[in-house]
Amino acid sequence: MAQLTMIQAITDALKCELKDDENVLLFGEDIGANGGVFRATEGLQKEFGVDRVFDTPLAESGIGGLAIGLALQGYRPVPEIQFFGFVYEVMDSISGQLARMKYRSGGSLNAPVTIRSPFGGGVHTPEMHSDSLEGLMAAQPGLKVVIPSTPYDAKGLLISSIRDNDPVIFLEHLKLYRSFREEVPEESYTIPLGKAAVRREGKDLSIFAYGAMVHEALKAAETLEKEDFSVEVIDLRTVQPLDIETIIASVEKTNRAIVVQEAQKQAGIAANVVSEITERAILSLEAPVLRVTAPDTIYPYPQAEAVWLPNHKDIYATAKKVLTF
Amino acid sequence: MTSKNNIFDPVQNLKDIEAKFEMVQILNENGEIVNEGLDPKLSDEKLVELMSRMVFTRILDQRSISLNRQGRLGFYAPTAGQEASQIASQYALEKEDFILPGYRDVPQIVWHGLPLYKAFLWSRGHFVGGQIPEDVNVIPPQIIIGAQYVQAAGVALGMQKRGKKSVAVTYTGDGGSSQGDFYEGINFAGAFKSPAIFIVQNNQFAISTPREVQTSATTIAQKGVAAGIPSIQVDGMDPLAVYVATRDARDRAVAGDGPSLIETVCYRYGPHTMAGDDPTRYRTSETDNLWEKKDPVVRFRKYLEAKGLWTEEKEAEVIENAKEEIKAAIKQADGVAKQKVTDLINLMHTDALPYNLQEQLEIYTEKESK
Repeated sequence: MAQLTMIQAITDALKCELKDDENVLLFGEDIGANGGVFRATEGLQKEFGVDRVFDTPLAESGIGGLAIGLALQGYRPVPEIQFFGFVYEVMDSISGQLARMKYRSGGSLNAPVTIRSPFGGGVHTPEMHSDSLEGLMAAQPGLKVVIPSTPYDAKGLLISSIRDNDPVIFLEHLKLYRSFREEVPEESYTIPLGKAAVRREGKDLSIFAYGAMVHEALKAAETLEKEDFSVEVIDLRTVQPLDIETIIASVEKTNRAIVVQEAQKQAGIAANVVSEITERAILSLEAPVLRVTAPDTIYPYPQAEAVWLPNHKDIYATAKKVLTF
Repeated sequence: MTSKNNIFDPVQNLKDIEAKFEMVQILNENGEIVNEGLDPKLSDEKLVELMSRMVFTRILDQRSISLNRQGRLGFYAPTAGQEASQIASQYALEKEDFILPGYRDVPQIVWHGLPLYKAFLWSRGHFVGGQIPEDVNVIPPQIIIGAQYVQAAGVALGMQKRGKKSVAVTYTGDGGSSQGDFYEGINFAGAFKSPAIFIVQNNQFAISTPREVQTSATTIAQKGVAAGIPSIQVDGMDPLAVYVATRDARDRAVAGDGPSLIETVCYRYGPHTMAGDDPTRYRTSETDNLWEKKDPVVRFRKYLEAKGLWTEEKEAEVIENAKEEIKAAIKQADGVAKQKVTDLINLMHTDALPYNLQEQLEIYTEKESK
């Protein structure tokens, strides 16, 4: 066991998979000798060679096409999109092509591709670096969308994503890359995709969150505990497909819920969670399920992040509304 | 501003580049060899086989249009006029080569091994049409213009990494050469020096938009310069020129010398697709007539007849066979079970179905059992 940051855990997962499966290929802009703009692929080209870990020309669409073509030759590509705001350049390769490979070939072909990409606010990035666009991906049949919030999860979920035989979008929150360390086993291990994690058990309210919002939710839960509210915090971990079983079991226990996301209210996946709860557990609810989200504007200018991004105070306020409904 | 001393003369630079892309022809409109040095000297047997495939494909086009009009086929993009470009290029390939076709390139994948009834099912919109037999190196026709180009760069890189002596071959049209994925595809393959052959079938029109509206470049072949890859413009109505250009690109690719771009200058006699396009709105009969004189089937027939390799009887026999095969394939397609929602759900994932699809599978299984 070692104390690792999330970025180290990601590097570790990539290393494990490069070792275990010779078909795993890593490529993207500046991921080779440079080790990635966030050092996620640090040292990997040196250890595994330029045939396995390589740089590409600066063109996201081309990277997507490269991944599809390599998959058609039996490889297990793990391309990187430098920032997820650049996904628009490669939307066709992802949603129009990768996601549909299995289906459009009548099941005869598949594309075991894992797209890694950082996103998320709170670090004053320039335009289109921090946008939360997981909602776009979650709306595309054929894709799974994974968003870890801890080093331990990041490693296990990334190994599972790479081993999945269909495309997975693996989104890494910039603010969580180095914000804390955690015990991470040195050996390979997996965490099933589509399974949420109960981060904190409680009886009075369920908070469903993912990405950086998990930590904000935990902070809010602590404050609420001081007021004698017992709050359950559930980290979705995979935002498509959702872990319905865990979500509903929690709501049936607590009878109250809120859903927290960093994305704008009209984006993200919070509305999906609310709908699922309404369809499946309305008789357990003692209050409406409310959402904590960002406002429906374009992602803020860096200096406005603090007033725009949802935080533990917003979560506390919304939780109180639901608890006292 | 023009310099007199030729040190700074961008206008001349462009002229110099354009001059490099003169169209290559081997067989003229009368079926005469005009470039003896480039004659691939195919065996008599191969010449006859190539002609048979082109005639078969012309009949396939005629029958497909008529079956579409009867409502027995769905989406169909006519191919008549492009037999040299499509069939002679595929004829230059080997079984282990991988084809990434556009929506008009069904003939190439059929000749590469996709059963004809599957091609018909693809036209109708049935998932069995996309099911590629394991030993056939193709993917279903690409609808997103340009996507096949970036994917071809990936397939070619995969072959290179595997150490295969094969190539990835992809096709687009003149309109497609305006897409970003077109440039990214040829540029990636160039940067990785991958074994890819990029073919642009310049049939003069992208639906109604003439070739001149796509670009001010005088040839599409010269776009290869932007990727730093060898490129050539050939007479796309000349089967021998198309064959030689493709074979040459293949030889260089498997030798490790990287990708090539081939522009085939050709013409489609029919509409863009059978979904209501009316070429008389944007094309004159004079232009049609001009191109009909260049017909690849006619010119190759003349060539083979002069060599004593082709007769009316032989052609009638090929036509008869084509009609029989097409009839049998349509019958086979008719016999394929109708699609159910549960089929579509089960096609979504290789691994276990996610909860939402698992639930929906149960709902539709019950619905279908009633």
